[in-house]
Amino acid sequence: MIAVIDYGVGNLFSLTCSLEFLGFESVVTNKREEILAADKIILPGVGAFGDAMEKLKEAGLVGILREQAGAKPLLGICLGMQMLFDKSLEFGEHEGLGLIPGVVAPLSEDIDKSMKIPHMGWNRLDIVKDDPIFKYFKDGEAVYYVHSYYAKDCEESVLAGSEYGATVPGLVRRGLTYGMQFHPEKSGGAGLRLLKAFAEI
Amino acid sequence: MVYKRIIPCLDVKNGRVVKGVKFEGLRDLADPVEMARYYNESGADELVFYDITASFEGRKLFTDVLRAVASEIFIPLTVGGGIESLEDFDRVLKCGADKVSVNSGAIKNPNLIYEAAKRYGSQCVVLSMDVKRVDGRFCVFAKGGRLNTDLDAIEWAKRGESLGAGEIVLNSIDTDGVRGGFDLEMLRAVGDVVTIPLVASGGAGCMEDFAELFKLDRVDAGLAAGIFHTKKVGIRELKEYLKRQGVHVRVE
Repeated sequence: MIAVIDYGVGNLFSLTCSLEFLGFESVVTNKREEILAADKIILPGVGAFGDAMEKLKEAGLVGILREQAGAKPLLGICLGMQMLFDKSLEFGEHEGLGLIPGVVAPLSEDIDKSMKIPHMGWNRLDIVKDDPIFKYFKDGEAVYYVHSYYAKDCEESVLAGSEYGATVPGLVRRGLTYGMQFHPEKSGGAGLRLLKAFAEI
Repeated sequence: MVYKRIIPCLDVKNGRVVKGVKFEGLRDLADPVEMARYYNESGADELVFYDITASFEGRKLFTDVLRAVASEIFIPLTVGGGIESLEDFDRVLKCGADKVSVNSGAIKNPNLIYEAAKRYGSQCVVLSMDVKRVDGRFCVFAKGGRLNTDLDAIEWAKRGESLGAGEIVLNSIDTDGVRGGFDLEMLRAVGDVVTIPLVASGGAGCMEDFAELFKLDRVDAGLAAGIFHTKKVGIRELKEYLKRQGVHVRVE
Protein backbone atom coordinates (compact mmCIF):
# COMPACT_ATOMS: atom_id res chain seq x y z
CA MET A 1 0.00 0.00 0.00
CA ILE A 2 1.32 3.41 -1.01
CA ALA A 3 0.20 6.42 1.00
CA VAL A 4 -0.22 9.49 -1.21
CA ILE A 5 -0.08 12.44 1.15
CA ASP A 6 -3.08 14.72 0.90
CA TYR A 7 -2.56 18.16 2.43
CA GLY A 8 -4.79 20.20 0.17
CA VAL A 9 -2.15 21.04 -2.40
CA GLY A 10 -2.52 20.12 -6.03
CA ASN A 11 -4.41 17.61 -8.04
CA LEU A 12 -3.80 13.97 -7.26
CA PHE A 13 -6.00 12.53 -10.00
CA SER A 14 -3.25 11.65 -12.51
CA LEU A 15 -0.89 10.34 -9.85
CA THR A 16 -3.40 7.97 -8.28
CA CYS A 17 -4.58 6.89 -11.74
CA SER A 18 -1.03 6.07 -12.79
CA LEU A 19 -0.46 3.95 -9.68
CA GLU A 20 -3.72 2.15 -10.33
CA PHE A 21 -2.81 1.71 -14.00
CA LEU A 22 0.46 0.07 -12.87
CA GLY A 23 -1.47 -2.20 -10.53
CA PHE A 24 -0.33 -0.72 -7.21
CA GLU A 25 -2.72 -0.03 -4.38
CA SER A 26 -2.69 3.48 -3.02
CA VAL A 27 -4.57 5.54 -0.51
CA VAL A 28 -4.86 9.33 -0.56
CA THR A 29 -4.54 10.30 3.07
CA ASN A 30 -3.50 12.75 5.76
CA LYS A 31 -4.12 10.24 8.59
CA ARG A 32 -1.27 9.20 10.81
CA GLU A 33 -2.35 5.57 11.12
CA GLU A 34 -2.68 5.13 7.35
CA ILE A 35 0.76 6.64 6.77
CA LEU A 36 2.24 4.38 9.44
CA ALA A 37 0.55 1.34 7.90
CA ALA A 38 1.72 2.06 4.33
CA ASP A 39 4.82 0.40 2.79
CA LYS A 40 5.73 3.53 0.90
CA ILE A 41 4.91 7.21 0.87
CA ILE A 42 4.53 9.66 -2.00
CA LEU A 43 4.57 13.38 -1.29
CA PRO A 44 3.11 15.29 -4.25
CA GLY A 45 2.78 19.05 -4.53
CA VAL A 46 2.34 22.03 -6.81
CA GLY A 47 2.31 25.74 -6.05
CA ALA A 48 4.46 27.81 -3.74
CA PHE A 49 6.91 26.28 -1.26
CA GLY A 50 6.00 28.42 1.75
CA ASP A 51 2.25 27.79 1.43
CA ALA A 52 2.75 24.09 0.96
CA MET A 53 5.01 23.73 4.02
CA GLU A 54 2.47 25.73 6.02
CA LYS A 55 -0.31 23.37 4.94
CA LEU A 56 1.82 20.35 5.77
CA LYS A 57 2.39 21.78 9.25
CA GLU A 58 -1.30 22.58 9.72
CA ALA A 59 -2.13 19.01 8.78
CA GLY A 60 0.32 17.87 11.46
CA LEU A 61 2.33 15.85 8.94
CA VAL A 62 5.85 17.27 9.24
CA GLY A 63 6.87 15.11 12.21
CA ILE A 64 5.55 11.85 10.82
CA LEU A 65 7.15 12.42 7.42
CA ARG A 66 10.54 13.11 9.02
CA GLU A 67 10.21 10.04 11.21
CA GLN A 68 8.89 7.70 8.50
CA ALA A 69 11.48 8.81 5.95
CA GLY A 70 14.12 6.71 7.66
CA ALA A 71 11.85 3.67 7.89
CA LYS A 72 10.32 3.29 4.42
CA PRO A 73 10.75 4.55 0.86
CA LEU A 74 9.47 8.09 0.40
CA LEU A 75 9.10 9.81 -2.97
CA GLY A 76 8.64 13.57 -3.34
CA ILE A 77 7.35 14.76 -6.71
CA CYS A 78 7.87 18.29 -8.12
CA LEU A 79 7.22 20.67 -5.20
CA GLY A 80 7.05 17.54 -3.05
CA MET A 81 10.68 16.86 -4.00
CA GLN A 82 11.70 20.45 -3.25
CA MET A 83 10.17 20.16 0.22
CA LEU A 84 12.57 17.30 1.02
CA PHE A 85 15.50 19.76 1.10
CA ASP A 86 16.73 21.96 3.96
CA LYS A 87 15.23 25.20 2.74
CA SER A 88 13.82 27.16 -0.17
CA LEU A 89 14.40 30.73 -1.30
CA GLU A 90 10.99 31.03 -2.98
CA PHE A 91 9.35 34.30 -1.80
CA GLY A 92 11.59 34.66 1.25
CA GLU A 93 13.32 31.85 3.07
CA HIS A 94 11.37 28.79 4.19
CA GLU A 95 12.48 25.74 6.09
CA GLY A 96 11.89 22.39 4.34
CA LEU A 97 11.72 18.86 5.71
CA GLY A 98 15.52 18.62 5.84
CA LEU A 99 15.66 15.04 4.58
CA ILE A 100 18.15 15.80 1.80
CA PRO A 101 20.92 18.41 2.16
CA GLY A 102 20.49 21.24 -0.32
CA VAL A 103 18.72 24.48 -1.11
CA VAL A 104 15.87 25.25 -3.50
CA ALA A 105 16.63 28.40 -5.51
CA PRO A 106 15.20 30.33 -8.48
CA LEU A 107 16.35 28.87 -11.78
CA SER A 108 16.12 32.32 -13.41
CA GLU A 109 19.12 33.61 -11.45
CA ASP A 110 21.42 30.87 -12.66
CA ILE A 111 20.57 30.60 -16.35
CA ASP A 112 20.73 32.86 -19.36
CA LYS A 113 18.05 35.57 -19.38
CA SER A 114 16.89 34.49 -22.82
CA MET A 115 15.73 31.12 -21.48
CA LYS A 116 12.09 30.70 -20.65
CA ILE A 117 10.85 30.30 -17.11
CA PRO A 118 9.23 28.02 -16.07
CA HIS A 119 11.35 25.17 -17.37
CA MET A 120 8.40 23.49 -18.96
CA GLY A 121 8.20 20.58 -21.34
CA TRP A 122 9.93 17.34 -22.20
CA ASN A 123 13.64 17.17 -21.48
CA ARG A 124 16.12 14.32 -21.55
CA LEU A 125 17.09 12.81 -18.22
CA ASP A 126 20.71 11.71 -17.97
CA ILE A 127 21.73 9.20 -15.34
CA VAL A 128 24.63 10.33 -13.15
CA LYS A 129 24.67 7.49 -10.65
CA ASP A 130 23.12 4.07 -11.15
CA ASP A 131 20.30 3.07 -8.84
CA PRO A 132 17.47 0.51 -8.60
CA ILE A 133 15.05 3.32 -9.53
CA PHE A 134 16.42 3.04 -13.10
CA LYS A 135 15.55 -0.66 -13.33
CA TYR A 136 13.09 -0.02 -16.20
CA PHE A 137 14.50 3.31 -17.44
CA LYS A 138 16.85 3.88 -20.36
CA ASP A 139 19.49 6.57 -19.90
CA GLY A 140 18.52 9.71 -21.81
CA GLU A 141 14.79 9.09 -22.03
CA ALA A 142 12.65 12.23 -21.81
CA VAL A 143 10.56 13.29 -18.83
CA TYR A 144 8.08 16.14 -18.39
CA TYR A 145 9.00 19.17 -16.27
CA VAL A 146 7.09 22.22 -15.05
CA HIS A 147 9.02 24.28 -12.48
CA SER A 148 10.66 27.64 -11.86
CA TYR A 149 12.82 26.72 -8.83
CA TYR A 150 15.40 23.97 -8.61
CA ALA A 151 17.55 22.13 -6.08
CA LYS A 152 21.14 23.32 -5.57
CA ASP A 153 24.12 22.31 -3.47
CA CYS A 154 22.94 18.72 -3.43
CA GLU A 155 25.52 17.09 -5.77
CA GLU A 156 26.06 14.04 -3.58
CA SER A 157 22.32 13.16 -3.78
CA VAL A 158 21.82 13.57 -7.55
CA LEU A 159 21.01 10.37 -9.45
CA ALA A 160 20.02 12.03 -12.76
CA GLY A 161 19.80 15.49 -14.24
CA SER A 162 18.58 17.52 -17.21
CA GLU A 163 20.24 20.41 -19.01
CA TYR A 164 18.37 23.70 -19.09
CA GLY A 165 20.97 26.43 -19.02
CA ALA A 166 22.11 24.82 -15.80
CA THR A 167 22.11 21.19 -14.76
CA VAL A 168 18.75 20.64 -13.12
CA PRO A 169 18.71 17.77 -10.61
CA GLY A 170 15.85 15.65 -11.95
CA LEU A 171 16.11 12.65 -9.67
CA VAL A 172 17.71 12.70 -6.23
CA ARG A 173 18.11 10.19 -3.44
CA ARG A 174 19.34 10.07 0.12
CA GLY A 175 18.85 6.80 1.98
CA LEU A 176 15.30 5.64 1.32
CA THR A 177 14.14 9.10 0.28
CA TYR A 178 13.76 9.85 -3.43
CA GLY A 179 12.80 13.06 -5.19
CA MET A 180 11.67 13.66 -8.79
CA GLN A 181 11.58 17.25 -10.02
CA PHE A 182 9.68 16.19 -13.15
CA HIS A 183 6.19 14.70 -13.17
CA PRO A 184 6.49 10.92 -13.61
CA GLU A 185 2.69 10.72 -13.88
CA LYS A 186 2.88 12.96 -16.98
CA SER A 187 6.04 11.55 -18.53
CA GLY A 188 4.49 8.82 -20.64
CA GLY A 189 5.97 5.33 -20.54
CA ALA A 190 9.29 6.49 -19.10
CA GLY A 191 7.56 8.12 -16.14
CA LEU A 192 5.37 5.13 -15.46
CA ARG A 193 8.42 2.87 -15.46
CA LEU A 194 10.16 5.09 -12.91
CA LEU A 195 7.07 4.97 -10.70
CA LYS A 196 6.94 1.21 -11.09
CA ALA A 197 10.57 0.88 -10.00
CA PHE A 198 9.90 3.07 -6.96
CA ALA A 199 6.82 1.04 -6.02
CA GLU A 200 8.89 -2.14 -6.22
CA ILE A 201 11.79 -0.94 -4.05
CA MET B 1 16.91 21.99 -23.81
CA VAL B 2 13.25 21.08 -23.98
CA TYR B 3 12.06 19.21 -27.06
CA LYS B 4 9.88 20.72 -29.78
CA ARG B 5 6.41 19.24 -29.33
CA ILE B 6 3.98 17.52 -31.68
CA ILE B 7 0.39 17.86 -30.50
CA PRO B 8 -2.65 16.13 -31.96
CA CYS B 9 -5.87 17.99 -31.33
CA LEU B 10 -9.19 16.25 -30.81
CA ASP B 11 -12.47 18.07 -31.31
CA VAL B 12 -15.04 16.35 -29.16
CA LYS B 13 -18.75 16.77 -29.72
CA ASN B 14 -21.31 14.96 -27.63
CA GLY B 15 -18.68 12.55 -26.40
CA ARG B 16 -17.24 11.65 -29.83
CA VAL B 17 -14.28 12.93 -31.83
CA VAL B 18 -15.39 14.69 -34.99
CA LYS B 19 -13.65 16.27 -38.00
CA GLY B 20 -12.38 14.17 -40.83
CA VAL B 21 -11.72 11.05 -38.83
CA LYS B 22 -11.15 7.79 -40.63
CA PHE B 23 -10.52 5.44 -37.77
CA GLU B 24 -11.18 1.74 -37.94
CA GLY B 25 -14.01 2.01 -40.40
CA LEU B 26 -15.68 4.86 -38.57
CA ARG B 27 -16.28 7.58 -41.10
CA ASP B 28 -16.67 10.73 -39.17
CA LEU B 29 -16.87 9.77 -35.53
CA ALA B 30 -14.41 8.07 -33.23
CA ASP B 31 -14.07 7.15 -29.62
CA PRO B 32 -11.90 9.79 -27.93
CA VAL B 33 -10.43 7.29 -25.47
CA GLU B 34 -9.40 4.96 -28.26
CA MET B 35 -7.87 7.83 -30.23
CA ALA B 36 -6.05 9.14 -27.19
CA ARG B 37 -4.59 5.67 -26.65
CA TYR B 38 -3.42 5.57 -30.25
CA TYR B 39 -1.73 8.97 -29.96
CA ASN B 40 -0.20 8.08 -26.62
CA GLU B 41 1.29 4.89 -28.09
CA SER B 42 2.59 6.66 -31.18
CA GLY B 43 4.61 9.17 -29.14
CA ALA B 44 2.55 12.36 -29.11
CA ASP B 45 4.03 14.88 -26.66
CA GLU B 46 0.75 16.26 -25.49
CA LEU B 47 -2.95 16.00 -26.31
CA VAL B 48 -5.45 18.80 -26.76
CA PHE B 49 -9.17 18.25 -26.30
CA TYR B 50 -11.65 20.84 -27.47
CA ASP B 51 -15.19 20.52 -26.28
CA ILE B 52 -17.35 21.76 -29.13
CA THR B 53 -20.67 20.62 -27.71
CA ALA B 54 -23.21 23.23 -26.79
CA SER B 55 -25.67 21.44 -24.54
CA PHE B 56 -25.36 20.84 -20.83
CA GLU B 57 -25.68 17.08 -21.36
CA GLY B 58 -22.89 17.24 -23.92
CA ARG B 59 -20.68 19.04 -21.41
CA LYS B 60 -21.35 16.40 -18.79
CA LEU B 61 -20.45 13.69 -21.27
CA PHE B 62 -17.25 15.55 -22.12
CA THR B 63 -16.29 15.55 -18.45
CA ASP B 64 -16.74 11.77 -18.35
CA VAL B 65 -14.68 11.36 -21.52
CA LEU B 66 -11.94 13.56 -20.13
CA ARG B 67 -11.79 11.56 -16.93
CA ALA B 68 -11.65 8.31 -18.92
CA VAL B 69 -8.79 9.63 -21.06
CA ALA B 70 -6.87 11.12 -18.14
CA SER B 71 -7.11 7.90 -16.16
CA GLU B 72 -5.01 5.99 -18.66
CA ILE B 73 -3.07 8.48 -20.78
CA PHE B 74 -0.09 9.81 -18.86
CA ILE B 75 1.09 12.74 -20.96
CA PRO B 76 0.05 16.39 -20.53
CA LEU B 77 -3.54 17.15 -21.47
CA THR B 78 -4.84 20.56 -22.51
CA VAL B 79 -8.55 21.18 -22.50
CA GLY B 80 -10.46 23.99 -24.14
CA GLY B 81 -13.87 24.91 -25.46
CA GLY B 82 -16.43 27.04 -23.68
CA ILE B 83 -14.14 28.01 -20.80
CA GLU B 84 -15.59 31.22 -19.35
CA SER B 85 -15.01 31.15 -15.61
CA LEU B 86 -12.77 29.86 -12.84
CA GLU B 87 -15.45 27.23 -12.18
CA ASP B 88 -14.88 25.96 -15.72
CA PHE B 89 -11.13 25.76 -15.01
CA ASP B 90 -11.84 23.89 -11.83
CA ARG B 91 -14.18 21.44 -13.53
CA VAL B 92 -11.69 20.31 -16.17
CA LEU B 93 -8.61 20.40 -13.94
CA LYS B 94 -10.33 18.02 -11.53
CA CYS B 95 -10.83 15.59 -14.41
CA GLY B 96 -7.10 15.39 -15.05
CA ALA B 97 -6.41 18.32 -17.40
CA ASP B 98 -3.00 19.94 -16.92
CA LYS B 99 -3.63 23.09 -18.91
CA VAL B 100 -6.77 24.95 -19.80
CA SER B 101 -7.16 26.84 -23.02
CA VAL B 102 -9.23 30.02 -23.20
CA ASN B 103 -10.41 31.79 -26.33
CA SER B 104 -13.78 33.55 -26.64
CA GLY B 105 -14.18 33.56 -22.85
CA ALA B 106 -10.96 35.56 -22.47
CA ILE B 107 -11.93 37.99 -25.24
CA LYS B 108 -15.19 38.67 -23.41
CA ASN B 109 -13.42 38.89 -20.04
CA PRO B 110 -9.61 39.31 -20.30
CA ASN B 111 -9.39 39.29 -16.53
CA LEU B 112 -10.16 35.57 -16.64
CA ILE B 113 -6.54 35.04 -17.75
CA TYR B 114 -5.24 37.02 -14.77
CA GLU B 115 -7.53 35.34 -12.23
CA ALA B 116 -6.80 31.85 -13.52
CA ALA B 117 -3.03 32.46 -13.62
CA LYS B 118 -3.16 33.75 -10.06
CA ARG B 119 -5.08 30.73 -8.81
CA TYR B 120 -3.54 27.90 -10.84
CA GLY B 121 -0.26 29.34 -12.10
CA SER B 122 0.63 30.64 -15.57
CA GLN B 123 1.75 27.21 -16.74
CA CYS B 124 -1.89 26.20 -16.55
CA VAL B 125 -3.33 28.99 -18.71
CA VAL B 126 -3.17 28.73 -22.49
CA LEU B 127 -4.40 31.59 -24.64
CA SER B 128 -5.81 30.24 -27.87
CA MET B 129 -6.20 32.78 -30.67
CA ASP B 130 -8.07 32.35 -33.98
CA VAL B 131 -6.55 34.90 -36.31
CA LYS B 132 -7.31 36.02 -39.84
CA ARG B 133 -6.00 38.73 -42.12
CA VAL B 134 -8.47 41.55 -42.66
CA ASP B 135 -7.33 44.51 -44.77
CA GLY B 136 -3.70 43.65 -44.19
CA ARG B 137 -4.11 43.42 -40.44
CA PHE B 138 -4.11 40.32 -38.20
CA CYS B 139 -7.54 40.28 -36.54
CA VAL B 140 -8.70 38.06 -33.69
CA PHE B 141 -11.91 36.16 -34.30
CA ALA B 142 -14.23 34.71 -31.67
CA LYS B 143 -17.01 32.14 -31.64
CA GLY B 144 -15.05 29.47 -33.44
CA GLY B 145 -13.77 31.85 -36.11
CA ARG B 146 -17.17 33.29 -37.01
CA LEU B 147 -17.02 36.69 -35.32
CA ASN B 148 -14.47 39.40 -36.08
CA THR B 149 -13.72 41.05 -32.73
CA ASP B 150 -11.60 43.74 -34.40
CA LEU B 151 -8.94 43.02 -31.77
CA ASP B 152 -5.44 43.31 -33.17
CA ALA B 153 -3.74 39.92 -32.83
CA ILE B 154 -0.34 41.39 -32.01
CA GLU B 155 -1.80 43.57 -29.23
CA TRP B 156 -3.96 40.72 -27.92
CA ALA B 157 -0.99 38.35 -27.71
CA LYS B 158 1.03 40.94 -25.77
CA ARG B 159 -1.91 41.63 -23.46
CA GLY B 160 -2.47 37.90 -22.90
CA GLU B 161 1.13 37.43 -21.86
CA SER B 162 1.06 40.41 -19.50
CA LEU B 163 -2.16 39.14 -17.92
CA GLY B 164 -0.38 35.88 -17.12
CA ALA B 165 -1.01 33.42 -19.95
CA GLY B 166 1.73 30.77 -19.97
CA GLU B 167 1.44 29.75 -23.61
CA ILE B 168 -0.16 30.89 -26.85
CA VAL B 169 -1.80 28.67 -29.44
CA LEU B 170 -1.95 30.63 -32.67
CA ASN B 171 -4.49 29.23 -35.09
CA SER B 172 -4.42 30.82 -38.51
CA ILE B 173 -7.89 30.82 -40.03
CA ASP B 174 -6.27 31.68 -43.36
CA THR B 175 -4.28 28.45 -43.52
CA ASP B 176 -6.60 26.22 -41.50
CA GLY B 177 -7.79 23.18 -43.39
CA VAL B 178 -5.91 24.22 -46.54
CA ARG B 179 -3.02 21.83 -45.82
CA GLY B 180 -0.57 24.13 -47.56
CA GLY B 181 1.71 24.65 -44.58
CA PHE B 182 1.65 26.68 -41.38
CA ASP B 183 1.20 30.44 -41.44
CA LEU B 184 4.85 31.33 -40.94
CA GLU B 185 4.32 35.03 -41.49
CA MET B 186 1.66 35.24 -38.79
CA LEU B 187 3.74 33.09 -36.41
CA ARG B 188 6.75 35.35 -36.90
CA ALA B 189 4.69 38.46 -36.22
CA VAL B 190 3.29 37.10 -32.95
CA GLY B 191 6.51 35.33 -31.96
CA ASP B 192 8.34 38.65 -32.14
CA VAL B 193 6.23 40.29 -29.45
CA VAL B 194 5.83 37.57 -26.79
CA THR B 195 8.33 35.41 -24.94
CA ILE B 196 6.02 32.62 -23.70
CA PRO B 197 5.89 29.33 -25.63
CA LEU B 198 4.17 29.53 -28.99
CA VAL B 199 2.17 26.67 -30.48
CA ALA B 200 1.48 26.78 -34.22
CA SER B 201 -1.87 25.57 -35.46
CA GLY B 202 -3.60 25.49 -38.82
CA GLY B 203 -2.29 24.41 -42.18
CA ALA B 204 -0.24 21.26 -41.62
CA GLY B 205 -0.51 19.11 -44.74
CA CYS B 206 2.62 16.98 -44.77
CA MET B 207 5.77 16.21 -42.81
CA GLU B 208 7.78 18.87 -44.66
CA ASP B 209 5.43 21.54 -43.30
CA PHE B 210 6.61 20.71 -39.79
CA ALA B 211 10.27 20.86 -40.82
CA GLU B 212 9.63 24.34 -42.27
CA LEU B 213 7.74 25.33 -39.13
CA PHE B 214 10.53 24.41 -36.75
CA LYS B 215 13.01 26.53 -38.69
CA LEU B 216 11.33 29.32 -36.77
CA ASP B 217 13.19 29.28 -33.46
CA ARG B 218 10.33 30.97 -31.70
CA VAL B 219 7.90 28.13 -32.35
CA ASP B 220 7.80 25.51 -29.62
CA ALA B 221 5.15 23.13 -30.90
CA GLY B 222 3.09 22.16 -33.91
CA LEU B 223 -0.55 21.25 -33.48
CA ALA B 224 -2.72 19.47 -36.04
CA ALA B 225 -5.87 17.41 -36.27
CA GLY B 226 -6.88 16.29 -39.75
CA ILE B 227 -3.60 14.90 -41.05
CA PHE B 228 -3.06 12.90 -37.87
CA HIS B 229 -6.65 11.62 -37.58
CA THR B 230 -6.69 10.38 -41.17
CA LYS B 231 -3.28 8.77 -40.56
CA LYS B 232 -1.90 10.66 -43.54
CA VAL B 233 0.97 11.48 -41.20
CA GLY B 234 1.89 9.19 -38.32
CA ILE B 235 3.33 10.86 -35.21
CA ARG B 236 6.20 8.39 -34.92
CA GLU B 237 7.18 8.70 -38.60
CA LEU B 238 6.91 12.47 -38.35
CA LYS B 239 9.20 12.63 -35.34
CA GLU B 240 11.75 10.30 -36.85
CA TYR B 241 11.71 12.43 -40.00
CA LEU B 242 12.10 15.66 -38.02
CA LYS B 243 14.96 14.19 -36.04
CA ARG B 244 16.76 13.37 -39.28
CA GLN B 245 16.14 16.98 -40.34
CA GLY B 246 17.96 18.14 -37.22
CA VAL B 247 14.87 19.18 -35.24
CA HIS B 248 15.16 18.55 -31.50
CA VAL B 249 12.22 16.16 -30.95
CA ARG B 250 11.53 13.40 -28.45
CA VAL B 251 11.66 9.99 -30.11
CA GLU B 252 10.67 7.16 -27.77
